[in-house]
Amino acid sequence: MSSENGKRLLETDAGGLNFEATELTLGLPGEPRVTSDGGAKLGSKRGFSETVDLKLGDNNREVKLGHSLQEAAKSPVSKTQVVGWPPVRGFAKRGKKSCKYVKVAVDGAPYLRKVDLEIYNSYQQLLTSLEDMFSCFTIRNYLNEKKIEQVNGIEYMPTYEDKDGDWMLVGDVPWQMFVESCKRLRLMKSSEAVGLGLTTGPKYSSTN
Amino acid sequence: MQKKTAYSFPDEILEHVFSFIQSGKDRNAASVVCKSWYEIERWCRRKIFVGNCYAVSPTMVIRRFPDIRSIELKGKPHFADFNLVPDGWGGYVLPWISEMAGAYPWLEEIRLKRMVVTDESLELVAKSFTNLQVLVLFSCEGFSTDGLAAIAASCKNLRELDLRDSEVDDLSGHWLNHFPDTYTSLVSLNISCLGSDDVSFSALERLVGRCPNLRRLLLNREVPLDKIANLLSRAPQLIEFGTGTYAAELRSDVYSNLAEAFCNCKELKCLSGFWDAVPAYLPVIYSVCSRLTSLNLSYAPIQNPDLTKLVSQCPSLQRMLVLDYIEDSGLEVLASSCKDLQELRVFPSDPFGEEPNVSLTEKGLVAVSSGCPKLQSVLYFCRQMSNAALVTIAQNCPNFTRFRLCLLDPKIADYRTLQPLDVGFGAIVEHCKDLRRLSLSGLLTDRVFEYIGMHAKKLEMLSVAFAGESDLALHHVLSGCESLRKLEIMNCPFGDKALLANAAKLETMRSLWMSSCSVSLGACKMLGQKMPRLNIEVMDEKGPPDSRAESDPVDKLYIYRSVAGPRFDMPPFVWTMDEDFASELS
Repeated sequence: MSSENGKRLLETDAGGLNFEATELTLGLPGEPRVTSDGGAKLGSKRGFSETVDLKLGDNNREVKLGHSLQEAAKSPVSKTQVVGWPPVRGFAKRGKKSCKYVKVAVDGAPYLRKVDLEIYNSYQQLLTSLEDMFSCFTIRNYLNEKKIEQVNGIEYMPTYEDKDGDWMLVGDVPWQMFVESCKRLRLMKSSEAVGLGLTTGPKYSSTN
Repeated sequence: MQKKTAYSFPDEILEHVFSFIQSGKDRNAASVVCKSWYEIERWCRRKIFVGNCYAVSPTMVIRRFPDIRSIELKGKPHFADFNLVPDGWGGYVLPWISEMAGAYPWLEEIRLKRMVVTDESLELVAKSFTNLQVLVLFSCEGFSTDGLAAIAASCKNLRELDLRDSEVDDLSGHWLNHFPDTYTSLVSLNISCLGSDDVSFSALERLVGRCPNLRRLLLNREVPLDKIANLLSRAPQLIEFGTGTYAAELRSDVYSNLAEAFCNCKELKCLSGFWDAVPAYLPVIYSVCSRLTSLNLSYAPIQNPDLTKLVSQCPSLQRMLVLDYIEDSGLEVLASSCKDLQELRVFPSDPFGEEPNVSLTEKGLVAVSSGCPKLQSVLYFCRQMSNAALVTIAQNCPNFTRFRLCLLDPKIADYRTLQPLDVGFGAIVEHCKDLRRLSLSGLLTDRVFEYIGMHAKKLEMLSVAFAGESDLALHHVLSGCESLRKLEIMNCPFGDKALLANAAKLETMRSLWMSSCSVSLGACKMLGQKMPRLNIEVMDEKGPPDSRAESDPVDKLYIYRSVAGPRFDMPPFVWTMDEDFASELS
């Protein structure tokens, strides 16, 4: 539905938003309208494109004023990939059977984050979300051999600690089993993972 | 003519007069009238509210107010609720407890929100405040049931223990057993957030049985349905009750026991819980429905027609929390049945789903706005909205004090006209002159911010995401919203200009949060240098600020006024732009 809206927005807008066309005007008659172009020009490096285009390590953050809205309408934000939206409280999962919050650590990153494994249906969704959360790192996504831009030349392997306290490679067991047994996630530097013997590929693809 | 001065009024009289002034704001106003009033007031202030625990130090509070009995502290920024504030950010209560332990031995009430509370803190509380009556830990974390056990064992005068929405470490413990058998003063207990092993049911039963003044009891999910009847029969005087899991195989004995138990609770006005609720057991609460003023079904996966049928039996409802399973049709019934409704919250049952799973649209909210003349507070999650609907809602409800709309696709346009929702929200701020809190969503240009700056003169808290096109938007808000205290912004193209131009405004506010915006590091440093009474904190995962260019945008920015100076408990990923620090970095 959103992309349909986007297309129609482009069709009706000759050049920028046409407020006169809407019948729902606000403001006293005779009041001059302040156009959005009168605002400060942005030399910003961040904008809508950052949120809609979630390529890892992407530095193309140019925002063109006046086109930003059209872009936004054209490519709506995917819900599983934005941290903080929709603003539902984390552990107060409503209407769901359970919620499975696990901490995510990345070697070298000072932040810990939490993810709720219950909101994902597959390894692919989880890894995509992790890519977004830790976008400055390169996460090795060998599940489907996706080519990822290297930002700092260091690859990370997604690993997790299971109920028995063992560190396993993400993808080794069927998705549901993983959700049940995962206690915490750690994105380990590939070089370290080699030392722990975790380099054998996963048995389960994202389709499980 | 003899001039009447402050001295001509004995202190005791002034103190007595001040005792009638409860509100902190009024007390603050009285305290700046003159020096003697300041002195008298500070000695007799008993209750203090600190909206940002880093705005002032415990030492300063204690120095000014020597005899506080009730304290409320808030820690992390609001967006921490949505996973935007990383672990370890701060908000530790221990420094406060440590200092108050010596200074306020008669402390009676501690209320904390979004703070990190350790078992060590709780043990110190238990040891230091023998007269503690109220402990509220709202959205706190960092403690376990061991800490709770210490409280239970020592606080003989405890009336209220409320762990609302807190994260408690799952340690297998029978902490409830630590309430001595002689302890009978419990009035309010909220353990709804606790996990599986945390509650010994028999201890809970005995506790409930021996506390005749218990009026509020909110259980956790693990308490099975067939145990509730017994519990309720020991506390028929309850006013507020939260069930545990509300699902079980339908058994006639369990059913009739429950129905009888609820029926005997003649004063029950508020119900919540209902985790996993199944329709079969809903009718047991029908005897209570006509009296209910507050109903929280936001954990209940009940759908229509059962849900609507339940709602239609509650004509006295003032507060309703529900999942979007209620749909437009159910909200229409709510609108026609519940004429006293003041607050409505509709939560998404499938917030991350791509497709709508229920028929809940703007129509439901329009219906409630039309049918419920006392509606003041709304939190509404849905998938489509129109300017026309918002205008209608605004015209129907000029008394709104809180209006929060969350469109699941945050940049979605008016679904009928494909225009931005500027005009709709504009109508809200124009008509609702007492609006104190507003959350925006949907496709929004700078225009909506112009309306907000122009009309929202009583607005105290504004939440913005994925909105606006330029700094002008932020400028409208900062320059126009006279009452603004808290502003939180995520993913908006706002940069340096508006922030720097309105730097002075920031000292009149509690805090400003900006994440994934376009504020440059250089601007943050400049603010840090020019505004010594603001703490400018930059959060960035990519490394210390000195490794980046001045023009690079910062990831997260949290600015708050403080008389305590920059804090020293920051984690490695938070940097202060305080003058001294900034010069060290450059």
